Amino acid sequence: MALLEVRDLTVVFQRKGEEPFRAVDGVSFDVEPGQTVGLVGESGCGKSVTSLAIMGLLPKRGAKVTGTVSYDGTDLLKLSDREMRDRRGRDLGMVFQDPLSSLNPVVPIGLQVTEVLERHRGMPRKEAMIEAKNLLDKVGIPDPNRRLKEYPHQLSGGMRQRALIAIALACRPKLLIADEPTTALDVTIQAQILTVMKELVQDLGTALVMITHDLGVVAGLCDEVNVLYAGKVVEKAMRHPLFSEPRHPYTHGLLASIPRLDAARGEKLTPIKGSVSDNIPWAQGCAFAPRCPNALDVCVQVTPAEEDQLGRLLRCHNPVVPGTPAAEEVPV
Amino acid sequence: MLRYTIRRLIQLVGVVLVLSLLLFAWMRLLPGGPVSALLGERATPESRAALTKQLGLDQPIIVQYFKFLGRAATGDFGVSTGVQPGDSALEIFLQRFPATIELSFFAIVIAIAIGVPLGYLAAKRRGGWFDNFSVIGSLIGVAVPVFFLAYVLKDAASVGLGLPSQGRQGDINATRVTGFFTLDGILTGEWDATLDALEHLILPSIALATIPFAVIFRITRAAVLDVLDEDFVRTAEAKGLTAQLIRRRHVLRNAMLPVVTTIGLQTGALLSGAVLTEKVFSIPGVGQALAIGFERRDYPVLLLLIIMATIVYVVVNLLVDLSYALIDPRIRTR
Repeated sequence: MALLEVRDLTVVFQRKGEEPFRAVDGVSFDVEPGQTVGLVGESGCGKSVTSLAIMGLLPKRGAKVTGTVSYDGTDLLKLSDREMRDRRGRDLGMVFQDPLSSLNPVVPIGLQVTEVLERHRGMPRKEAMIEAKNLLDKVGIPDPNRRLKEYPHQLSGGMRQRALIAIALACRPKLLIADEPTTALDVTIQAQILTVMKELVQDLGTALVMITHDLGVVAGLCDEVNVLYAGKVVEKAMRHPLFSEPRHPYTHGLLASIPRLDAARGEKLTPIKGSVSDNIPWAQGCAFAPRCPNALDVCVQVTPAEEDQLGRLLRCHNPVVPGTPAAEEVPV
Repeated sequence: MLRYTIRRLIQLVGVVLVLSLLLFAWMRLLPGGPVSALLGERATPESRAALTKQLGLDQPIIVQYFKFLGRAATGDFGVSTGVQPGDSALEIFLQRFPATIELSFFAIVIAIAIGVPLGYLAAKRRGGWFDNFSVIGSLIGVAVPVFFLAYVLKDAASVGLGLPSQGRQGDINATRVTGFFTLDGILTGEWDATLDALEHLILPSIALATIPFAVIFRITRAAVLDVLDEDFVRTAEAKGLTAQLIRRRHVLRNAMLPVVTTIGLQTGALLSGAVLTEKVFSIPGVGQALAIGFERRDYPVLLLLIIMATIVYVVVNLLVDLSYALIDPRIRTR
């Protein structure tokens, strides 16, 4: 049995006097113990909301979460607030996007690490401090004893993210969710942070759900990849087949839009035209159809179902034929 | 930190000197004066001239001011002509100051003790009935004049609850050590005196607390709303910390900076509110002395009391500034 089984997860935001907004629309995926699974998509595709729903961190009022999220056989969505509090930080850890704003500015780093150890592992403060020092050491923060006494503003961006990783892994959770952990960092630091995460996850045997818009991160880290578009998984495949033979026109477009170092000088980039529309239009036809170079008449009439095609899941009426180069000009 | 404190205290000396000069001039420009107040309208010009000379008011203002400064340096702030004629201004201040401090202290404690938790709860339940109800309540708290509420409390609550309708007077039969009624009872072991003093303080402090309470409530609510949206609160939730710990360590600690600032600024409101409250509840404090002093143009007492109020205000706000550093490490390193 998989460690995490997400089935038909749907999140609808409902605000007074506004149309309900389906941010996540029937997402399903599995995470095996120790496996790294990527959730990929552009801003607004529902990847962060998916992670917050799994963690039980969405606001209780205004967000309606349905489906099941079973962790080790327990449906997390059915747990009470108190039971979920016991699990967060112990069974599931999470690393967020912006390391500066994600740390409390008026509490020393040490206490921010030890509080989770005190809470879930019942350690007294002194013992927890020693463990915190080891943790900082493990995530590659030099001079951990000094850093424990310092405040977030005294640390560099990379070090702050390392500290947050230490916090998330402090209780050795079986599952770590990382929501764009490198987006706020500069490129050299990004690589270091990814290396640290990869090593730690392997050492501890932690399963990792990596949420990102950066296909480079996916290529370096993930075993399996879910590509999200407008709240639905449009393509799911193992890393190699996905990169070598993207089938969904959206995945294909994402890969084609990456600038290449070996491209000729002055060659234009190949973007995906348009942007995600505000309300999610899966009710009638494919949400990607207006931007899709492969769109057929059927695409705007019938919502494509999720189909299993040779070990990969695909939601498309007219997938890309393997071997097609970058997408052509799309009439907008 | 020490240098900063010393610099601020030196600034305070400048403030006091300038303020005393302005007050000195302003008070003498007011129509009427101690002579009319003491002798009445039908006094003969001769007796008026004699008293004017006796009080030293016949000299130019600037000469009077420097004479005052010279005497003040030796601790002599002049003799009261109206509040308690014949007593020295310093004596009057020392007698009355404890009652006002006691009153203000209890008022601000009540305002904080109710305002901060209520502000937190209102923010947590933003848009709910509790939030709306308490926001309206705080508006009323700001809008109702202190003297009106004081009379309502005095007449209604004192009858209904059997609480004393007047402040503690100076004539009580208890040992005096510090001049603070509540403190003296504790120091001498006369618990009944402390209890009695507290009982007398309840209604006046509630009346005085309303405005600071309303302001503290609103600032706390706004500050907590800001902090609740912060990413680090979400991190704390993701750690599975208990709700109490998140509230104390992560939300309130970050929300306290604007609240502490407000508390400092409210000392001003307390001192002015004390004038009205003391009048209504006949508390023999600084506020009451100020009111009488103005009626009778008691220059020495007014001057000393206003300067002392200024010093209290500046010192409280200095303490507030120093407490920033305790709350926020980012200010400490700057």
